[in-house]
Amino acid sequence: MAASATVSAPRAPEGRTFFTRLRAGEETAYLFCLLTACSILLVTAYLIFQLWIQSSVARRQFGLGFLWTTIWDPNLGHFGALPFIYGTLVTSLLALIIAAPLGLGAAIYLSEMAPPKWSNVFTFLIELLAAVPSVIYGLLAIFTLVPLVRSVIGPALEHTFGFLPLFKGPIYGVGVLTAGMILAIMTFPYIISISRESLMSVPREQREAALALGATKWEATWDAVVPFARLGILGSIFLSLARALGETMAVTMVIGNDPKIRASLLAPGYTIASVIANEFTEATEDIHLASLVLLGLVLFLITIILNAGARLLILATTKAGMKK
Amino acid sequence: MPMAWRKFVNSLMLTVTAVCTVLTVSTLFLILGYLLWNGASSLDWDFFTKLPLPSGEKGGGMANAIVGSGQILLLAVAIGVPIGVVSGIYLSEFGGGFFASLIRYTADLLNGVPSIVIGIFAWSVVVVPMKRFSAISGGIALSLMLIPIATRTTEQFLRDVPNSLREGALALGASKPRAIATVIVPAATTGILTGLILGVARIAGETAPLLFTALNNQFWAKTWREPIASLPVMIYTHAISPYEDWHRQAWAAGLVLLMLVLVANIAARLILARGNSAFRP
Repeated sequence: MAASATVSAPRAPEGRTFFTRLRAGEETAYLFCLLTACSILLVTAYLIFQLWIQSSVARRQFGLGFLWTTIWDPNLGHFGALPFIYGTLVTSLLALIIAAPLGLGAAIYLSEMAPPKWSNVFTFLIELLAAVPSVIYGLLAIFTLVPLVRSVIGPALEHTFGFLPLFKGPIYGVGVLTAGMILAIMTFPYIISISRESLMSVPREQREAALALGATKWEATWDAVVPFARLGILGSIFLSLARALGETMAVTMVIGNDPKIRASLLAPGYTIASVIANEFTEATEDIHLASLVLLGLVLFLITIILNAGARLLILATTKAGMKK
Repeated sequence: MPMAWRKFVNSLMLTVTAVCTVLTVSTLFLILGYLLWNGASSLDWDFFTKLPLPSGEKGGGMANAIVGSGQILLLAVAIGVPIGVVSGIYLSEFGGGFFASLIRYTADLLNGVPSIVIGIFAWSVVVVPMKRFSAISGGIALSLMLIPIATRTTEQFLRDVPNSLREGALALGASKPRAIATVIVPAATTGILTGLILGVARIAGETAPLLFTALNNQFWAKTWREPIASLPVMIYTHAISPYEDWHRQAWAAGLVLLMLVLVANIAARLILARGNSAFRP
């Protein structure tokens, strides 16, 4: 860049064409790196292309109606995506309702309230938590969360809120609520670490001004710091939502795998990722396979849009912080 | 508002946020404790040396899954690391224009693709043409997850190398590739390596992309062109099975996998935390 221009200028005047530089190795290295980097672009484009091609049979047969057809019965040749879209959205939203307040609280504590030493230790532990593989969450959920929901949480919810259709019906332990809970546990490390970074990128003057005006620590945090970082916090929630939507293993292990739309959160459900995981190797007919790939394409598009939005929001916060 | 009330709110919220933190952090210890409790009693020498037995029979181990996971990861690293690191070098040392931002953005996009969708992709480009599930397809699936991670961490650590080093190398007459190979990349090696360890630790626990690429295998995979067992898939199949003894094996496998991932993470983060202060000008 600027540095290389100033250095190579003195010996550049004659004959430094593309080919001499190619022989000198400079352009070769550049081209090599460029081509390798291009492979990322190609792979991603090819991924979208493959999802499109492999789902063509299903797209042609069902069209957009696939998205709001409620019956999924491979044996009879009925393929509708709505139960899975519903299950995916409900479990993810449930996860966010549980994880967002907890995560935001923890992020505020770590960035604003905690003594730095404690904050570092806790942040380290939360990063470790984010590294725990999904299948291990699933393993634990099967043997702890499922019995807990079946014998304690489910009956308690039914007892108190039983008049709502949300908490009616038999309690199996596996179901939408259990899946939402395990997803909540899996998403809050992301919410915490990204929200914390957004909060920490808020300029110090913002805090100092509020404190100088006589605000308590909490008032300074809540009225001056959090509003400043709100876009980044929102971005962290979007990003976690995108992760939750695509989460496969833990959900598959506890959601009960039943492709029906039920009002009750205690009833079993199904998500897009789970049905792909369960039925992909067993699908023998082309239309079944193509429908599963089409579900994958739907999931891909939803997460991509959420991801793009989240990154823009996070970028906006960090930029705002740097400007000040 | 009276001062006493404001002070009360202040300390109340301090407590509430601290409780949020403790609640979230405690899940790590719950996970660890519960896995240790159940896993340690199930872990024995057989687990590391024997093959899984047919369903329902007592005993056996997961030797093939441990080796299989290693094989798949090896392939993923062999493909993913070179591509990722070189792309990272491009982004940090040659990039700057629109095209570089496009690649940066695409890498982030690829990183955000749900792992199950990566599995579908690897299935359609490797399993379908080969007409069989294989270790190769599993490795390729995981490498696709490693590439964006490796790219972005390499770029990030190269950017942390002070510009004075670049200028110094160029001022001594080194060509740009030479400066990159002998000065800039070596200066960031620790960071890049630890970043790569974190990336590998992350893909090591991935299950979804392996379900219909590497599939599973109760025996040793003799070649790279046949289905192969891996720890995460074994944990999955054993955990959802109805057999008591398989559950025991699942706990043992879960403990081994979690320990590997956590040790890699702790080591990498400790090295990173120590190296971080060395670079600050």
